[in-house]
Amino acid sequence: MKLIKAIIKPFKLEEVKEALSEIGVEGMTVSEVKGFGRQKGHTEIYRGSEYTVDFLPKVKLEIAVGDDMATKVIDAIVGSSKTGKIGDGKIFIIPIDEAVRIRTGEKGEEAI
Amino acid sequence: MKNLPCLKVGLAILVFLLLNATGFAQPNGEEVALQPGNTAWMITATALVLFMTLPGLALFYGGLVQSKNVLSVLMHCFAIACLASIIWVCVGYSLALTEGSGKSWIGGKEQFFLQGLTEEGLESNGFPSSVWVIFQMTFAIITPGLIVGAFVERIKFTAVMLFTALWLIVVYCPVCYWVWGGGWLMKAGVIDFAGGIVVHATAGASALTLAWMLGRRHGYPKNLKPPHNPGMVMIGASMLWVGWFGFNAGSAGAADGNAGMAMLVTHLSAATASLVWMFIEWKKTGKPGLVGIVTGTIAGLATITPASGAVGPMGAIIIGASAGIVCYFACGFIKEKLGIDDSLDVAAVHGVGGILGTLMVSYLGQLGVLGGQGISRHGEESDGAYFTWTEQLIVQAQGCLAAIALSVVATFVIVKIVGAITGGIRVSEDDETKGLDQASHGENGYSIQ
Repeated sequence: MKLIKAIIKPFKLEEVKEALSEIGVEGMTVSEVKGFGRQKGHTEIYRGSEYTVDFLPKVKLEIAVGDDMATKVIDAIVGSSKTGKIGDGKIFIIPIDEAVRIRTGEKGEEAI
Repeated sequence: MKNLPCLKVGLAILVFLLLNATGFAQPNGEEVALQPGNTAWMITATALVLFMTLPGLALFYGGLVQSKNVLSVLMHCFAIACLASIIWVCVGYSLALTEGSGKSWIGGKEQFFLQGLTEEGLESNGFPSSVWVIFQMTFAIITPGLIVGAFVERIKFTAVMLFTALWLIVVYCPVCYWVWGGGWLMKAGVIDFAGGIVVHATAGASALTLAWMLGRRHGYPKNLKPPHNPGMVMIGASMLWVGWFGFNAGSAGAADGNAGMAMLVTHLSAATASLVWMFIEWKKTGKPGLVGIVTGTIAGLATITPASGAVGPMGAIIIGASAGIVCYFACGFIKEKLGIDDSLDVAAVHGVGGILGTLMVSYLGQLGVLGGQGISRHGEESDGAYFTWTEQLIVQAQGCLAAIALSVVATFVIVKIVGAITGGIRVSEDDETKGLDQASHGENGYSIQ
């Protein structure tokens, strides 16, 4: 099992969700997050004063899938969230030791 | 307020009556009948002016601060409104708007606690005295409310309360009396229709003094966070705009042509200043911003305030354009050149705007100048002749300087006193980092449930 964490541009969320639904992903967790990478922050100007905004808003997706699905999921995310411009985000793939469905107590791939 | 410009004999008599309307008792025993039209308008205008503070000004300021301080700003505005109301009926009204024994610098104490107020008592324009008391109360509410913009995100709540109480009595009431209550500036013939001197110059000068004494916010100027909710700023500014019709047109003290013209010129100045500010920002930063355009609105409104009873529509557009330009550059001057963290630009927008309008009315209010209504036939020494615009300008400048001088000196002293009582008017650095919502009020502006 893999946990796939993807940091993407907020306005790409809908497209990514559609693409993941199409390949059969049945659940995901979405958070609004802030951060910076090579894109850095940006400046905003109010009443003539400059404000530096270091952390840009992003959306973080977390998707737990079986090993065989992982590559398809990654391809779907890349395909749907890419704009080709700096700031498109990153995907991290993390092995999962165990998963438990709270309602039934099922474990392993059964649980996700 | 008492400077009703007029040409016709009937209106001149009205002015005379207004000038002498100093208390609940009828001036010279003349009978005044209840005027339902005037009464209805003054009650409406009063509600509009309160609406400027609650929630207009509170939202305008609240959106400009960081999300961890939004609740504290709303709280400041609300608590000031409540406190100022009580002070106004206890001592403020009497000190600001009744002549008492006829001093030139402060009103009487005979009407402390509104002694003598009855349902039947009428002002000279035929609306109840109770309406006059509460209409003027809403001005006494918004003026210390404006100063909130200078000390956001770092002041102790107890300091806000103590400062407001003392400031109203020591600064607002005297200046209000000088200009509107029958004091020396009124006798000299100063023109301040709705509060360029009384409201905006006093608030602006006091805000600058207080911000300087309080010190800059942590991280100023390089590491400050931008306004947390520009949409809220726009909603507040829009409420201020609507409420300002009550502020300026209500200052006619009647439902008449003077009020109608005041409403029109107020609107035109606001619209012009908004556009001018937007274009300057567009040119300088590359993009027209929402916070910029609505700040221009407030600059235009503050600047037309003293002139709104005297200028014509085209004069109002000139005032609005001047407000947009001068106030925009005043923001940069105070924050960058002087380095004072007048956080929400109270001095640059209200102070500078109020003074600018007070000076500009000297010329644009002259009869025949771009629709000017003719301003200057009053004052005790008047022999019926009009002031020339330069004569008027000198009186206007005197008024501004006197109000600024009292505001700066009194604010300095009050802050020293309040600081001694509260152990420093500023919160600890920890509390500032945490945000005043949690640190001072134990609540959050926003919470995820």
